[in-house]
Amino acid sequence: MTALAPEVGIDLTRPRVPFTRLVAVELRKLADTRAGKWLLGTVAVISVVVMVIMLWVVLANDISVSFKDFLTAMSVPMGVLLPVLGVLSVTSEWSQRTALVTFTLEPHRGRVLAAKVVVGLIVALFAVVVAAIAAAFGNVFAGLASDTTIWNVNAVELLGFYAMQALGILMGLTFGALLLSSPAAIVVYFAWAFVLPTIFAVASVFIDWFGDLLPWIDFATAQMPLFDGGWTGEKWAQLLVSGTIWLIIPFVVGARRVLRSEIK
Amino acid sequence: MIEVQNLSKRYGDHLAVDDISFTCRPGSVTGFLGPNGAGKSTTLRMLAGLTIPTAGSATIGSHRYTDIPNPGTQIGVLLDASAQHNGRTGREVLTIASRTMGLDRGRVDQMLEVVGLSPKEAKRRVGNYSLGMRQRLGIAQSLLADPQVLILDEPANGLDPAGIHWMRQLLRHYADRGGTVLLSSHLLHEIEVIADEIIVIGNGKIVAQGHKEELLAGAGTFVRAEEADALARALSVAGIHVTPATADGFVTDADPVAVGKAAAAAGVALVELRPGDRAGLEDLFLQLTADNQRDPLAPTPAPDAGPRPGFGPPDPQGGQA
Repeated sequence: MTALAPEVGIDLTRPRVPFTRLVAVELRKLADTRAGKWLLGTVAVISVVVMVIMLWVVLANDISVSFKDFLTAMSVPMGVLLPVLGVLSVTSEWSQRTALVTFTLEPHRGRVLAAKVVVGLIVALFAVVVAAIAAAFGNVFAGLASDTTIWNVNAVELLGFYAMQALGILMGLTFGALLLSSPAAIVVYFAWAFVLPTIFAVASVFIDWFGDLLPWIDFATAQMPLFDGGWTGEKWAQLLVSGTIWLIIPFVVGARRVLRSEIK
Repeated sequence: MIEVQNLSKRYGDHLAVDDISFTCRPGSVTGFLGPNGAGKSTTLRMLAGLTIPTAGSATIGSHRYTDIPNPGTQIGVLLDASAQHNGRTGREVLTIASRTMGLDRGRVDQMLEVVGLSPKEAKRRVGNYSLGMRQRLGIAQSLLADPQVLILDEPANGLDPAGIHWMRQLLRHYADRGGTVLLSSHLLHEIEVIADEIIVIGNGKIVAQGHKEELLAGAGTFVRAEEADALARALSVAGIHVTPATADGFVTDADPVAVGKAAAAAGVALVELRPGDRAGLEDLFLQLTADNQRDPLAPTPAPDAGPRPGFGPPDPQGGQA
């Protein structure tokens, strides 16, 4: 250890922790635990498994498929796994009580939360790249069998596909910040993502006005044009309104909770 | 260096910390002593910016913790050794902290060595660590950047007696180089071994503070003679007020030298002359602990009962009353 000069006082001129370093550390924290490693590994493995199953079905039944079909199939498991990663990136700080250290080393909690959001966007990118590679392999193999290979996804659609995965992970992060508990946030997220749409669909059948309202509050359906195209002014408005209801407002509430709650 | 002024924290009706003030100076190890739930941890969390005070201020080098850039490089904080991700290895825990602070990679290995965690132990997951190992890891983390100030909550908890003495040496060495240390404990024995200055807190209030020697030294003198009446007269003549403590012994606020001289002047042979029992702080602390546990105390032994062997919990018989 180096010798300390006596009574040097606290130095306020030191640089604060650079944001890039916070992002690098948060990324490391997501991948250095068993849960994180398994989830990231599972994203990759499931992408390959989905590709193989789909290829098998396609070849067995001699169906014509495209790159887009492969990519669409992969968004299903990712819609389950990525939000869980988002949830854990926030809640593990509370369940494992590492927030005590995290927010002691960087007392500006907003910067840590922002770093977690950036990490979410990076992980979504990783997932999309893995999915796209697996889908491309699947498409090439399918093409070899049928002599026609259809590459029908343009850059804008690929970006839209990425946006959908990113929104998924941000939804997880939001539920995590709102509830600050891993099991609660995961259960509530799945209820929201898989149970609520069914209830909404049933309700819209029986209640006329609710059927008209539904497109404005159904975030998942509102995201469809991101990948499928067919944008209209109304669809953009529906994405914005449903996104405000389910993502933006809850995120603001959750962020306030993270920033203000007492860390014990 | 550490300055706490009129600090209070209220949770609903409960005043967890009640208008406390104290300072910790560089070069000294200050022990924050109090029973569980006395407000120690809340105070330390307020110092580290994790809990917002209801009133008053807690500053380090006259700055609030949250205003200090990259604070980990200047202030080492260990608030709970158990608050680590069980799935990370000891080395990984230190690596994350050192990366956040932007330190040299070599610091992790250096600190593991300082706290006595072997490379093999550092590769194990923290979930498999004993509390003592977690404490060592937490100390390593707080020392990573060689900060000027250390704030440690219950760092000796889970350490064996040898570990407590190791910590004493480590912190003594650190303070001798000009560092400021504030550590808490709910055990008088730990504080006695480790700290130079002691602050005693009970029910959110500071009930005693000062140098360890001052606080631990018992008040006054115990004196005993076969001719107790003659002794009492002699001391009374010398203007020394005494209180009977046993059949033939007295306690007094006067120091032993004055008592001895007065007795010699009167020609009274003493059987015993010694400083009073160092019971002041122990009694105070035992009382605080008992209040906290809401257990009736066992009857306090007479002042001449001699040095008490230990400082255990109240008599179990009393607890059943």
